[in-house]
Amino acid sequence: MGHIEPVTPRPELKMWEALNLALDRAMAEDDAVFILGEDVGLYGGSYRVTQGLYAKYGEWRVRDAPISENSFTGLGVGAALVGGRPVIEIMTVNFAYLALDAIINMAAKIRYMSGGQFRVPLVVRMPGGVARQLAAQHSQRIEHALLNVPGLRIVCPATPQDAYWQLRQAIHEDDPIIFMEHELLYFDSGPFDPGAAPPPLHSGRILRDGKDVTLVAWSRMSRLALTAAEELGEEGIEAEVIDLRSLRPLDLPLLLESLRRTHRVLVVEEDCLFGGAGAEIAATLGERGFYELETPVGRLAGADVPTPYNDRLEAESIPQVSTIKARIRDLLKA
Amino acid sequence: MQRDLVKQLLYDMLLARHFEQAAAEQYQQGRIGGFLHLYPGEEAVAVGSLRAADPGDYVVTTYREHVHALVRGTPPEAVMAELFGRSGGCCGGYGGSMHLFDAQRRFLGGYAIVGETFPVAIGAAYWLAMNEEPDCVLCYFGDGAVNQGTFHESLNMAALWRLPVLFICENNHYQIGTEIHRHSAVVEVHKRACAYAMEGRRVDGMDVLAVYKATREALHHVRNGNGPYLLECDTYRYRGHSMADADAYRSAMEVAELKGRDPISLLRKRIREEGWLDSDECAALDAAARRVVADAVSFAEQSPPPEDLHAHVHARPLDLYSGAAR
Repeated sequence: MGHIEPVTPRPELKMWEALNLALDRAMAEDDAVFILGEDVGLYGGSYRVTQGLYAKYGEWRVRDAPISENSFTGLGVGAALVGGRPVIEIMTVNFAYLALDAIINMAAKIRYMSGGQFRVPLVVRMPGGVARQLAAQHSQRIEHALLNVPGLRIVCPATPQDAYWQLRQAIHEDDPIIFMEHELLYFDSGPFDPGAAPPPLHSGRILRDGKDVTLVAWSRMSRLALTAAEELGEEGIEAEVIDLRSLRPLDLPLLLESLRRTHRVLVVEEDCLFGGAGAEIAATLGERGFYELETPVGRLAGADVPTPYNDRLEAESIPQVSTIKARIRDLLKA
Repeated sequence: MQRDLVKQLLYDMLLARHFEQAAAEQYQQGRIGGFLHLYPGEEAVAVGSLRAADPGDYVVTTYREHVHALVRGTPPEAVMAELFGRSGGCCGGYGGSMHLFDAQRRFLGGYAIVGETFPVAIGAAYWLAMNEEPDCVLCYFGDGAVNQGTFHESLNMAALWRLPVLFICENNHYQIGTEIHRHSAVVEVHKRACAYAMEGRRVDGMDVLAVYKATREALHHVRNGNGPYLLECDTYRYRGHSMADADAYRSAMEVAELKGRDPISLLRKRIREEGWLDSDECAALDAAARRVVADAVSFAEQSPPPEDLHAHVHARPLDLYSGAAR
């Protein structure tokens, strides 16, 4: 593995390549940036995201950690307090549940508890989502668990371009930031232009204009929503698609602006329905956009079940292009 | 040198004892809220160990940390005002008794979830080692923390990467109301160091000079690149776990017996025997400490409350509903 180099920019990159490039550039620019996580070094990262960085920057800056999620995430907190800019990789969001003490009790609160004396410039990267038959313990979404934690910021890029810039921006910030990646997006390609000015870290993006309904999604679901919208276009239904890119904070102005055009909203969420981010979005649109709404805000989300192993049941447990289209047709009939 | 050191140690312990006594009184009068964990009986640990440290060393400690902050140099009035929840507190009233921080003095905080000091300490030590800086991290914890996963996770990483951390166990024998024989299969905490090929030893935590000497030796070991060290200080707390503790789980006889080995009395006795200070000097130190504590209470009483609920949540003010503005 030692001979494999970090990625060099090309007009089209895979998601993992864009993340790798972002890390490489951040580390080259700032000696305070270091990476720590399971198999990030010699192995190169379980999704190749840290490929070549161990050879380039050495073991202190790309550190293979033992399986001790709470303590190595807490290590990141401690290093951030004294001048570091750690990027902690938690192999999957499922293991992040073991690190919730470090994330919620420590990272999110130290600035506040210390009366602003300490900053916590910490990025915690974690891939998640339903992938391919990984079963209940390896298919979770963690948004709901972190969305309600004051002090945290949560971003969730869905394209290589956004992944690159949002990671660079996140590393630059002085707050703890949860950086959510999706396991099924790592090997998807997309256009990459390092020269294009990046939008603000927490802004949403309109992926497709439409006048009939607004689809609100993030991470992989924004890709599915876009596909659904394009297919519905052939039926004469014009769906606007918003990729939120950030869950905390939320780009509410963009949502309200779209709502004023379409008067109908469907939130498409991979996380479970009950108590999820979609509930926050729907409630807020209900409060602040009530008079623009033709119908109640719809939510299409993961079923409230542990993810089943069987592939057909697994597919049934989360939104698919077909179910998104069906919900939109229903919403337009209402 | 010995005389000046002894004078400092005695003053620190007297200040600690009077400060905590005043805190208890203020709590009983309703001026201090929440949980309040006091340190009487354990003074020799924080005082002996922190006086052996260098100003550049980082300190990470628990929710029973008023004395650690005082010895480190945080002004007593700023500590008392923090207990009162006032703007003049060392954290502006946002942290409280259990969460004292002092960036200027490299005091990385009081942590109130048992076992959190370990990862914070190895994180600071990782940064020091990565940058080849000469400082160390002093990491405090009680005997109750050693059965938390972070103890094992963090000691493993500290030893694996030879991080400059001195782990200091304040073994007061009680995990709130559960005595150590009822919570630990191995009650000699220092023996756990061998699981991580780490040096460890036990010291009499009621003897401030012994703690000071043992800490000097341990820090010498750590500072010279020999990796982390586990120092167990055998001590005792006179009061309940917190002010809310009725202290019904141990006998009055036990408490009285341990008070017979009071760290302040032990040091005074030694001072008399060695002739280091005369009784007037000792009395003057006591009076000075009382004065400082009384002034700290007056300062805290007069300090206004903090006003901005939303300050310090993020690096810059952040409206959760206007992401694009960022």
